[in-house]
Amino acid sequence: MIRLLRQARRGLAALFSPARADADMDDEVRHFVERRSNELVRDGMSIEGARRQATLEVGSVTATREEVRSSGWEYSVDILLNDVRYAVRRLRHDPLFTVVASVTLALGIGASTAIFSAVNPILFRALPYPGAERIVTVSDRSPSGASAEPTYGTFEELATRSRSFESLSASDLWRPSLTGTEEAERLQGLRVSASYFGTLGVLPASGRTFDGAEDVPGARRVAVLSARLVSRRFGDGAPMVGASIMLNGEPYVVVGVMPRGFVDVMSPATDIWAPLQAQPRASPNTREWGHHYRIVGRLQRGVDVDAARRELASIAGQVLPEFPRVPWAALANGLLVRGLQEDVTAGVRPALMAIVAAAAVLLLIACINVANLLLARNRRRRAEFALRAALGADGRRLVRQVLTESTILAMLGGVLAVAVAHAGVGALVALSPPGLPRADLIRVDGAAFGFALIVTTVAGLAIGLIPALSASRSDMRGGMRDASRSVAGGHNAARGVLVISEVALSLVLLVGAGLLLRSLDHLFAVSPGIQAERVLTMQVVDAANGSRTSEERLSFYDQALSAVRNVPGVESAALTSQLPLSGDLDAYGYTFAAFPERQPGEDGAAMRYSVTPGYFDAMGIRLLRGRLIDESDRADAPPSFLISESLARQMFGEADPVGQRVRFGPDTDGSRPWGTVIGVVGDVKQQSLAATNAAAFYVTSAQWRWVDPVQSLVVRTTGDASVMTNAVRRAVWSVDRDKPIARVATMEQLISRTASEQRFASVIYGTFACVALLLAAVGLYGVVAGSVAERTREFGIRSALGATRRGIVAGILGNGLSFTAIGVAIGLVGAFATSRLLETLLFGISRADPLTYVGVIALLVVVAAVACWAPANRAAAVDPAETLRAQ
Amino acid sequence: MDEPSTDVISGTLDMLILKTLSLAPLHGFGIGRRVEQMSRGVFKVNAGSLLVALQRLERAGLLDAEWRETDNGRRGRFYSLTRSGRKQLAAETSEWDRKAAAINRLLRAES
Repeated sequence: MIRLLRQARRGLAALFSPARADADMDDEVRHFVERRSNELVRDGMSIEGARRQATLEVGSVTATREEVRSSGWEYSVDILLNDVRYAVRRLRHDPLFTVVASVTLALGIGASTAIFSAVNPILFRALPYPGAERIVTVSDRSPSGASAEPTYGTFEELATRSRSFESLSASDLWRPSLTGTEEAERLQGLRVSASYFGTLGVLPASGRTFDGAEDVPGARRVAVLSARLVSRRFGDGAPMVGASIMLNGEPYVVVGVMPRGFVDVMSPATDIWAPLQAQPRASPNTREWGHHYRIVGRLQRGVDVDAARRELASIAGQVLPEFPRVPWAALANGLLVRGLQEDVTAGVRPALMAIVAAAAVLLLIACINVANLLLARNRRRRAEFALRAALGADGRRLVRQVLTESTILAMLGGVLAVAVAHAGVGALVALSPPGLPRADLIRVDGAAFGFALIVTTVAGLAIGLIPALSASRSDMRGGMRDASRSVAGGHNAARGVLVISEVALSLVLLVGAGLLLRSLDHLFAVSPGIQAERVLTMQVVDAANGSRTSEERLSFYDQALSAVRNVPGVESAALTSQLPLSGDLDAYGYTFAAFPERQPGEDGAAMRYSVTPGYFDAMGIRLLRGRLIDESDRADAPPSFLISESLARQMFGEADPVGQRVRFGPDTDGSRPWGTVIGVVGDVKQQSLAATNAAAFYVTSAQWRWVDPVQSLVVRTTGDASVMTNAVRRAVWSVDRDKPIARVATMEQLISRTASEQRFASVIYGTFACVALLLAAVGLYGVVAGSVAERTREFGIRSALGATRRGIVAGILGNGLSFTAIGVAIGLVGAFATSRLLETLLFGISRADPLTYVGVIALLVVVAAVACWAPANRAAAVDPAETLRAQ
Repeated sequence: MDEPSTDVISGTLDMLILKTLSLAPLHGFGIGRRVEQMSRGVFKVNAGSLLVALQRLERAGLLDAEWRETDNGRRGRFYSLTRSGRKQLAAETSEWDRKAAAINRLLRAES
């Protein structure tokens, strides 16, 4: 221990006052020499002779001093500090190089850190539940293998038959309106099995969750609230447990409040939970057999996902008489069992993985570029290296010097990268598609800093490695001679390889960006079937569920609509039960009297729009045949339906469907008379611009079986739609202050939101590809310019011997472009292979889209030619007389 | 000095320095002289190696050093054994004895 302290103290002393340590040493040596020469003089030597002899015996003071010094630990620190000082000096001498290299690295490291910050919490950080790895979701498998929401009937059967789960729960989306407070609000909620919170493994912060007796039809109404809802509507820390709140006009008793940090990852905006209260053994035509539930389960200890998968597959394949199934939930294609995290992120995983790949490629390009710059710089320093080697620096020392320099560059880059990453994360969050799960966790946190540090260190060593090896390998004597040599040798091979890989990698990114941008183009070229300009939409909720008659509800919506129509700046206004591209989806089976043999649902489902007569005007939907719905289609008039072009063509081909008799949805049981098709309107995109299904029917709100308690208001304005929001909202509230208004958006916002995932990926790819292209151009320029500078004398001689200017330029361009050509050839293979990652994001083109590839290659070649042009011109402008004189 | 002098047997310089200093504190030059004297001139200590060894032993905490007046009135750097220096000397001595005995046995063995 004492020894260690002593070592440390002496080492530090030597480090901080090397002069004193040296002086001690000098004194001691001098003392030694003096004594020895005295001795020699005594033996009869002359004074000078004795001194010389003594000095010879002690040896070189410097060498001794060096040896003494190199024996302590501080020696290696000293060398490191020396290397650092030296590297810093070198970097300061060459500010352009330092700035270019560190900014390049900052872009690479910053971009990958930003992407890491986004991807880490979404894909990799464990979900915030204890034993989250044992939580799985179960869904129906559609014929295509995709997942479909299961029915309650399926849940009931699994809950009884399956042995894999410690607990299994079902949930169903619920949108209750909270009233009785100053502003009515439509809440995001879930109806859940009593075991739901236990399945997730979470406890309430106060009160309790549900018990089994509350989860049966007709049980008393209870609810659990989120802490967020409590603080927003009732004030932080308000004692809510036991309080009664009004939901849809009914009183609910609050039994519990969840902790502040609790997020229901399956539906992150959820603020309120109530028991499912589903009907056991429900008959086929009930809500319980609809595909709108979610099943989540916690696996027994010792049961893995695969085992659960096998068990559920065998259950699905074996129908028991006590669990009859309906045709649409027969589990013919089995069940899908996925880890909760996988399920939650399944939608965004392809886009995120593609972006991760892009960031990695960009980082690689940045590193290659800086390695290349270092190599070029070291080439100019060969004379210096040779000199240092001649003065006794060994190969290891030179390698260490180069690595120190590259690490310092990387550190500079890393510091800048933190700023880049911060900006990048801000941009990512702003751009992120609305469906991105756990987006609230995206930030530059400790994990991201750690990541940046590791990447920086690895990048620092990696970019130094090639130059360092080439510095230690290069023949030193050759180096000295070479400094004044006039014809370049094959030393550029390493740089050539680097530039080729840079070109190849940029091509990969460019192709990705090109494919995504062309997809986006195709997507926005798709007509949504409506005229979206100047259309404002919002949901108006007629709360008070149970207590209102259809007439009361219709009259409220009528009055609200007239009030909105009277707002200055409103051109037309209408209401609809579902709004295109908003995420609404409400579809029903149908039967046409012309095809009595066909069962409802056999031809698929058609989307239902219960609308007010002005809807087609306000949305700009075209009438193709027959007439539109109008004020004459009242509740007591014979039911009239408009059908979409797709539905008409599907059922009747080119024949005119007007006048055909039809029943939709609940009417298909024959309980009501046939309706009549009165006209055909153009197709409208409902789910997304990319969706192909457009079978739809329109009916007046008055003629449909029920009046929807949630309707979307569609307002076409004379000016900018977005500024009308408040005026329209006030008009609705002038009729009834207690009606929640939700989901306010212009139609244009809704359209652009449907492509947000593609846009997200294409903006990132586009940015990365531009940076990559720039870096590749800089790299190419550097290599060509470097080789031109080395061959100045050669060009002088060649032009003296009669080489034309054009010949020299062509030679150099050819040289640069041949690098590009090889890079492009390799890059094409890579680009095609990696475009598989993007496949799910493409629309309207294949991943081998020739136009994209040709365009990208042309762009790359043009940029490469520009990068080579300047050095080529410089070479051609060499004055032969001057070069020859200069030698 | 009839016998030709040789360099110190490699690896034993530290031990010789420690032994020398166990008798009395000395400066570097004196240590070299003393080793030569005590070995009756068989060993000659290279001055460079000696200075390096002294520094190393001091760093290792086996020696203490201070500047003092020498016998002829000049300043010299005097080294003395620390407690761990003494322990080290004892350890090295017994180790040496063990090895030397072994070598002797080997060399004397009748074939």
